[in-house]
Parts: sequence; structure tokens; C-alpha cells
Amino acid sequence: MPATTLSILLAAIAGAAFFLGKQRAFAVAGGPGNITKLHSLPGYHGYFAILCALLPSMLILVLWLVVEPRVLTALTIQSLPDAQRSMAPSELDLLVNNIRNLAAGDVVAGEVNAVLTNASQRIQELQETSRRLLAVTCIGIALLGATVAWRRISRAFRARNQVESVITGLLIAASSIAILTTLGIVMSVLFEAIRFFREVPLTDFLFGLEWSPQTAIRADQVGSSGSFGAVPLFTGTLLITAIAMFVAVPVGLMTAIFLAEYSSKRIRDVAKPLLEILAGIPTVVYGFFAALTVAPAIRNAGEAVGISVASESALAAGLVMGIMIIPLVSSLSDDAINAVPRAMRDGALGLGSTRSETMKRVILPAALPGIVGGILLAVSRAIGETMIVVMAAGLSANLTANPFEAVTTVTVQIVTLLVGDQEFDSAKTLAAFALGLILFVVTLGLNVVGLRVVRKYREQYD
Amino acid sequence: MDNEVAVATGDAMEHVEYVESDANPSGDTVGNVKSDDAFISAEDVNVYYGDNHAIKNVTLEIGRQQVIALIGPSGCGKSTFLRCLNRMNDSIDSARVTGRITLDGEDIYAKNLDPVLLRARVGIVFQKPNPFPKTIYENVAYGPRIHGLAANRSELDQIVHTSLERAGLLKEVKDRLDEPGTSLSGGQQQRLCIARTIAVNPEVILMDEPCSALDPIATAKIEDLIDELSENYAIIIVTHSMQQAARVSQRVAYFHLGKLIEVDETSRIFTNPQHKLTEDYITGRIG
Ligand SMILES: Nc1ncnc2c1ncn2[C@@H]1O[C@H](COP(=O)(O)OP(=O)(O)OP(=O)(O)O)[C@@H](O)[C@H]1O
Ligand SMILES: [Mg+2]
Repeated sequence: MPATTLSILLAAIAGAAFFLGKQRAFAVAGGPGNITKLHSLPGYHGYFAILCALLPSMLILVLWLVVEPRVLTALTIQSLPDAQRSMAPSELDLLVNNIRNLAAGDVVAGEVNAVLTNASQRIQELQETSRRLLAVTCIGIALLGATVAWRRISRAFRARNQVESVITGLLIAASSIAILTTLGIVMSVLFEAIRFFREVPLTDFLFGLEWSPQTAIRADQVGSSGSFGAVPLFTGTLLITAIAMFVAVPVGLMTAIFLAEYSSKRIRDVAKPLLEILAGIPTVVYGFFAALTVAPAIRNAGEAVGISVASESALAAGLVMGIMIIPLVSSLSDDAINAVPRAMRDGALGLGSTRSETMKRVILPAALPGIVGGILLAVSRAIGETMIVVMAAGLSANLTANPFEAVTTVTVQIVTLLVGDQEFDSAKTLAAFALGLILFVVTLGLNVVGLRVVRKYREQYD
Repeated sequence: MDNEVAVATGDAMEHVEYVESDANPSGDTVGNVKSDDAFISAEDVNVYYGDNHAIKNVTLEIGRQQVIALIGPSGCGKSTFLRCLNRMNDSIDSARVTGRITLDGEDIYAKNLDPVLLRARVGIVFQKPNPFPKTIYENVAYGPRIHGLAANRSELDQIVHTSLERAGLLKEVKDRLDEPGTSLSGGQQQRLCIARTIAVNPEVILMDEPCSALDPIATAKIEDLIDELSENYAIIIVTHSMQQAARVSQRVAYFHLGKLIEVDETSRIFTNPQHKLTEDYITGRIG
């Protein structure tokens, strides 16, 4: 039975369960006029019936789909001639793959022989049986569930509480998906990083001054063992972040002050959405801009005054990143400034302060924690930013504080280490996970501190 | 507006019997809008918030060393009128003020008058205490600092101490001047705000329901303070408490829907209101 038919049937059962459940609830109550005799409204009885019908059968469906391929593979292997069954596991894997591909009508590597066709026919048959069994089981369980629910309907039955607890459960499950995924990512990065640190000592990685991750990819290649001193990456990241903040903080802050205190409502109504649009531009576009416009412009300007500027410079990447971050800084600062109560402003004005005195002496100090929190979030954004630096900062791991030279950052190196065909257990690729871990820890720390500051400050006035 | 009735009868008050409000549909102010020693005088003041005509043709004089209480139902424009007197309405985009208000003979809405300087002369205390998120000392020192009233630190100390003293707060806070102003109790915060205002040495103090967030004891302290301050300042206080108006003020002005209905000596207003609306309000028949 095709999947669509099964879904339609299940939906029909659910619909029927709802109406029958609701009807029975009415009947049990003794007609629509006596609904108050029921503990829960008839609708809840209906929903309860739906849940009883669908939840168990859905569970079975999911489990079945997870387990089915394994069982089928095992059965197929059993049915293979002895010659194939005694093959090495890796070759057997390949064979099974081919069988599956053939059964699914996909391209098959190598020639198609009798063994293969037989096996693929067998797997197709098995699949069909399995699906039929599945459909019958699902529908059976759905009907059973609906019947059980239908029989439980009574005046005292707490259908609403049951439905609500199931819904709560679903919500919790949904929110834990995101959390669990994050946890999974962290774990996988952590484990790969630990593997890396088995090959390269942590101290070498954290304090080494040279970064050249070119290791031999295959065992038979000659090549250096690579050096994994990440300091140049850290300094490169810091340099670019510093340049970016140097642009973003003053401009963003002044924008926020202007919008919050000085601009007329008309200007604010235009400027705020514009800034938000600026924040929505994909970073790759900023990357073009940095690489194609800003970097050459800086080099030309440098030549004009006799400074040698690399064609990919920290300055270009930092400037453009700064521009990218301006909206973030300005909108967070704007929030902080607006969160200062009007009473504070009026108090200062009422004492005869000018606007700028009010701003400098009362509002900014009061908003400062929020602004600082916002800046921390912006720093964390700058550190994690990838696309602009990939396109504009270069790849050479120079240990320098000169903004006119090319530098590279942690994120750029992660990208270059993992781009292309790689073996995932060489020190080179594992290094990416170590870098990722560092990046994660640093940005997480900044975010936690930043968000705390922002939130603590918000609570102060609410 | 035809104020002549009220104005002309100012001296002859005792002899004129006022008719009830229904016979006075033009809404002219009854009582006596004049003051012997007028310091602030508002003539035909109108305030609009966009299309909302919040203050209608108000004419009122306020004397030196006088406490005048503005009373009236919520939304009648008391705060709005108060805020006209030091141009705090300037910071509200939609607000528009017409008419003439003079302070010591000087038009405060004149083009060349700096509202910043005006506000140093006409201080304001708000309904909710709003100390700055700074220390107690810095709260009081704020005004003197921005206006350069103290030549050095010891003068500033002096001003801070006197102001706190006069606000009746010094005893309670003299050992904790470095603590944040927000760490004080509500009543103390309000007195801190008053100290902050008098530290600038204003000539007039506007108070917008200064006690509405306070308990009776803190209220009593602030009322005492108002009594004392009235020796040196003109004080205009908005209040919802008839008792408070009776206790602290020499004159009372009753506002209704943006109109100034009646102004008179406090004792007269409370014993013998001339206008029906005033009577209804003070006897509790209007909210
Ligand atoms: N900032 C503002 N913008 C627009 N309209 C305002 C503003 N402030 C006050 N108003 C309007 O002006 C009128 C008078 O308000 P005002 O605050 O002066 O009343 P009030 O007498 O002080 O009342 P309350 O006793 O409740 O404080 C009201 O109709 C109010 O809606
Ligand atoms: Mg008010």
C-alpha cells in the first residue's frame, strides 16, 4: 500500500474518531444542553480520541521505518549464496549497496550479475511484505486506540487534562530537538577536538607561533608533519575584530543616540527600517564589496601615500565587517537608550540640562550596561563572522599587527581545512574541530556575558 | 476670553454673589485669578496635543512666596498646565502652546529665551521619584555642576549639604552619600528629588503630585517641607488630595476638562466654592 493511501486512511480514522468521540461525549452528557455535566468539553473528548488513534500508530510507523532497512539487509545477506556471504565486511557492504541501488532502480557500480538481480528481487519482495505488514499494523493500532478512547468517554473522564498533558509533551519534545541538536554538535566537535589534541599537544596548539597545516594526506606521500600553532589565527581574528569594532562601535552608538534623542520622528521612521535592511544583507554580499571595492581602494590609497598594502588586507575585511555590524550595535544601543525611563530624561531636562548634557550625564551612564552588553554580542558576531574574511582577509597566517597586511582568522582556516576532499582523521582536518571548539567556547562566553549584562540591565527598570 | 468679570470683581469679591455654573456657560474662571504680588502670569494659555485641546484659555497669576494648588479630575490638564510653566512640553513632539506666560515680567515663550536657563529658574518635581542612577551626592550635585554654581569641591559639598538639609533628608543620609540614590525608600527618594531641585536655587518649584506614591508619614514630611520652602519660593503643586491642598496651599485653582473653573483663597474654595463644578468636585461628586 503506498504511503499516501496509508496517510489518508489514518487521517480518516482520526477524523472519524474525533466526531464519534465528540458525539459520544454529547450523548454521555445527555444532550447539548447538559454539557456542564461533563468534566471536559466534548471537543476535548474528540481530540483525546484523535491522539489515542494517531500517537501509537505514528510511533510504530517511525520505529518501523528506522528498523526496516537493517532487518531487510540482514535477511538479504542471509539469502545470498555462500560465496558472497563469506566476503570481507567492506566488500559485503559494497555489494549490499549495489543490491539496494538496483532494487531502487538507481545506478549500479560494476556489472549486474545473477546474484545481484536475485538479491535485488528478493529485497523488493521483502520490502513489499514489510510495507503491507506496516499498513495493517498501523491501521489496526489506530482503530484499537480510537476504540479504547471511545470506551473511556464518560462524564467524569478528564479528557482536557489528558489532551493538555500530551500537548505539553509534544511542545517539550519540539523544544528539546533544538537543544539536543546543539548538544550533539558540541559533543561531536569536542570529541574530534580531543582526537586532534592526542596528536598535537594542547599547549603547542594554543601557544605555537606558526600555522601551516599541510600534512601528508596519504600514508605514502612525503610531506611535512605540519605545524599547528594557532596564535597567528587568534591575532588575525583579534586584529580584524578590533578594526571592525573600531568602526562599528562609534558609528553604531552615534546612530543610536541620534535616532533615540535628536532625530525627528520622520527620520527615525525611515532610518530604523533601513538599518534593519542593512542587517539583513547576506554577508557574502559584504564579502564581494570588501574584496572587489574596498580592498583595491585601500591599496590604491596606500600606494598614493607610499604605504604598501597587501591586496587582501586585514583593514579591508575589518572595515567592511564593521559596517556589517553597525546595525547590530545601533539597534542594541537604541534599545538600551530607549529603556532608560522617560522620567530620567525629564528629571535631567527639568533641572535645566541641555539635550547633550542629559545624554552624556544621565542617559548614557544609565544605558551603559546595556550598551556594553550589546557590544559584547557584536564582538562575538565579529569573531564568528566567516564570509567577509574568507573573501577579503586572505589565507596567509601572518603573525602581525599591521592592518595593511593579509592575515587569516580562525573561521577562514576552518573553512579552508574542510573544503575539498579530505580524510577525516588526519591532523589537518581534525585541527578544524579544535579551532571550532575554541571559537565556540569564546563566542559562547561572550554571548553569555553579553546577554546577562543586557538582561540584568533590563530588569533594573521594569 | 472674557475675563473681565472675574478680574473686575477681584476687589469686590465679598459683595458679589456668584451664580451657578449652568448660568455661566462660557466657562469663564470665577474667583480671583489675580495675585497681589504676581510673579508668574499666564494669559489666555491654550495647549494642544495634536488635535486634542488640552488647556483652554487659562489665565492665572501666581504670587511670590505663595503655594498654589492645582486640583481637578484626572485628565483635566493640571500636569499639562504645570509643564507649560517651565516649557517641559517642548520635549513632546505633538504639543503646541499658545498664549503668553511671563516669569517676573519676562515672556518665557519668547524666541530668544533659552528654555534650559528657564528650567534652572523654574524647577520641577515629578509624581514618581526619579533619582538618577548615581550616588545620593551626585544626584544633588548634578544641577550645580551643569550650571557651574560651585567654584570648587568644598562649595559643591556645601551646596549638597544645604540642599539635603533643607529637604529634610540630611540626617537620614549623611553617612551614605556614596550609595546610589535608588537605594533610598520612596519618600526619601522624593525628598532627594526635591533636594536636587532646590540645589539649583530656582525661583519657582513645580510639583506634580509629589506625594501620590508616598505613605502618610513621608507625605507629612514633604508637606512640612513645602511649608518651609514657601518662604523662599513660589510653589505650584498639583494634588489629588483635597486635604493636602487645604494643608499646604494659600490658593487653589480648580481645573475641569482643560478649563480653569475657579481660583480662590484656599479657605474660601473649601468652605464656600462659587462654581457648581468646584463644589461637586470638592464634595466628592466628581471623580
Ligand atoms: N504627552 C501627551 N501627548 C498627548 N496627549 C497628552 C499628553 N499628555 C497629556 N495628554 C492629554 O492631555 C490631557 C490632559 O492631560 P494631563 O496629563 O495634563 O492631565 P492631569 O490633569 O495631569 O491628569 P492626572 O490627574 O491624571 O495626572 C489629557 O486628555 C491627556 O490625554
Ligand atoms: Mg498629571
